[in-house]
Amino acid sequence: MFEPLQDEFMRRALLEAALLGLAGGALGCWVVLYELSYAAESLAHSVFPGLVLAAIAGLPLLLGAAPAIALAALAIALLTRLPGVSRDVGVAVVVTTMFGLGVLLALSPDSPPGVESLLFGDILGPSDSDLVAAAALVAVLAAALPLLHGRLLAAGFDRGSAPALGLSPLRIDAALLVLLAAAIVVAVQGFGNLLVVAIFVGPAATARNLSDRIGPTIALAAVTGVLAGVAGLYLSYYAGTAGGASVALAILALYLLSLPLGRLRSARPRRRPLAEATIV
Amino acid sequence: MSDRLLIEAAGLAVGYGGDPAVAEISFGLAAGERLALLGPNGGGKTTLLRAILGELSPQTGSLRVDASCGSVPQTERSRLDYPVSALDVATMGSLSGLPWWRRPGRREREAARTALARVGLESLAGETFGELSGGQRQRVLIARALVQDARVLLMDEPFTGLDRAAAERLEALIAALAGEGHGIVIATHDLEQARRWDSVLCLNRRQIAAGAPDKVLDRAVLEATYGGAIVEIPGGGRAILPPHHHHH
Repeated sequence: MFEPLQDEFMRRALLEAALLGLAGGALGCWVVLYELSYAAESLAHSVFPGLVLAAIAGLPLLLGAAPAIALAALAIALLTRLPGVSRDVGVAVVVTTMFGLGVLLALSPDSPPGVESLLFGDILGPSDSDLVAAAALVAVLAAALPLLHGRLLAAGFDRGSAPALGLSPLRIDAALLVLLAAAIVVAVQGFGNLLVVAIFVGPAATARNLSDRIGPTIALAAVTGVLAGVAGLYLSYYAGTAGGASVALAILALYLLSLPLGRLRSARPRRRPLAEATIV
Repeated sequence: MSDRLLIEAAGLAVGYGGDPAVAEISFGLAAGERLALLGPNGGGKTTLLRAILGELSPQTGSLRVDASCGSVPQTERSRLDYPVSALDVATMGSLSGLPWWRRPGRREREAARTALARVGLESLAGETFGELSGGQRQRVLIARALVQDARVLLMDEPFTGLDRAAAERLEALIAALAGEGHGIVIATHDLEQARRWDSVLCLNRRQIAAGAPDKVLDRAVLEATYGGAIVEIPGGGRAILPPHHHHH
């Protein structure tokens, strides 16, 4: 049980997985409630060329991922303004183009060996700057999400009435997408291009099965994210499986576990007041 | 309470770019007045409500709104799987009065509790919004508008899908709120109900008529409003059968 903790490398990996699980779980609740899972997946894939370029130039991956995600978001925004281009078509075109560009770059003779780690991540070997970035992400989310909470909740609940409540759904969407993009850029180091979306969708979907209140849902999702990160690394340590994929499997296992638990919860008989107050 | 109208429109036309969706609208809404918006689906009721909320600008004419407006949408369109309680939803009304860096706190939740008590739902404050009945959900949204301190309530077909008891309860609440000086605009399909209110505005892509129900609602006006889809009921009553109408 404590054996992996003796190992300096494992301690660092566990810290990285726990930080990303915490961030992914909490932010993921809003991703799921705002039905942005597809957007999250797309944003994650579109950073690939940026990652490859950074690897070729020997720069920190963050420096490649950030401009790539900004470029993709801009391209999607511009493309969907063209008449006859719907949102999902625009997203699909941009993402496949970006990903294809990344593959071309990755297959070029200049690209260093080990590019596949950009696809699947390297949760087992985070650098100091990766750990700092993950901790910074947690700090930013811990400040931003409570601040935005009431507005995210209100605009997600009833978009049509948001302006009447003095809210701008567009600005709230934009704030959420910027946080999501930042989180993806940080988390892609650990989970790679293909698996990173799991940490934003899985723990939140699990928590949704277990609670019908937003506060507990966010707390449960954060705990689930950390738990999945740690459990996945233990699996990886003892079974010798790939780190990121093991975490993704742990996320899936927790989700499957939450299904019968959620059924149980909703089947519980409810105490309901029979009479309502009279209106005068 | 001043005699000044809360809302006043003159020769108003609004739409979504291109041709106006509804035009030639002239009416006023006073404090304590219940105004029924009658008309077929696509006739411009929702468009007019959006214009009053300031989401659409007048294409021609003028629209003066001198009061805070609260939106009470159809609850089938809100998300019933959303993880919020009735109290959470009512609390959302406090956001309009808070600066962006502040989240609703104890005082705002207290105001929401008071508003829920006002609409008779004090005991259901902790229930999940999506598990309430249609009439209860509608009243939670009214509570949200009350928390918002809205002087005018804009209700989009609030009686759709309600059973008789729930509809009567809601109508009593609307009467009570009007009695307290709220101006209330209600898009509805129910002609008999509209007759009990203070005024009607008949829309079919343009204003057909406006005024007191007993002066305005004659056969010619109803035919022009609904395009002839009127059924005579033995005993003198009339029913309207607009398409996709789900009144019970």
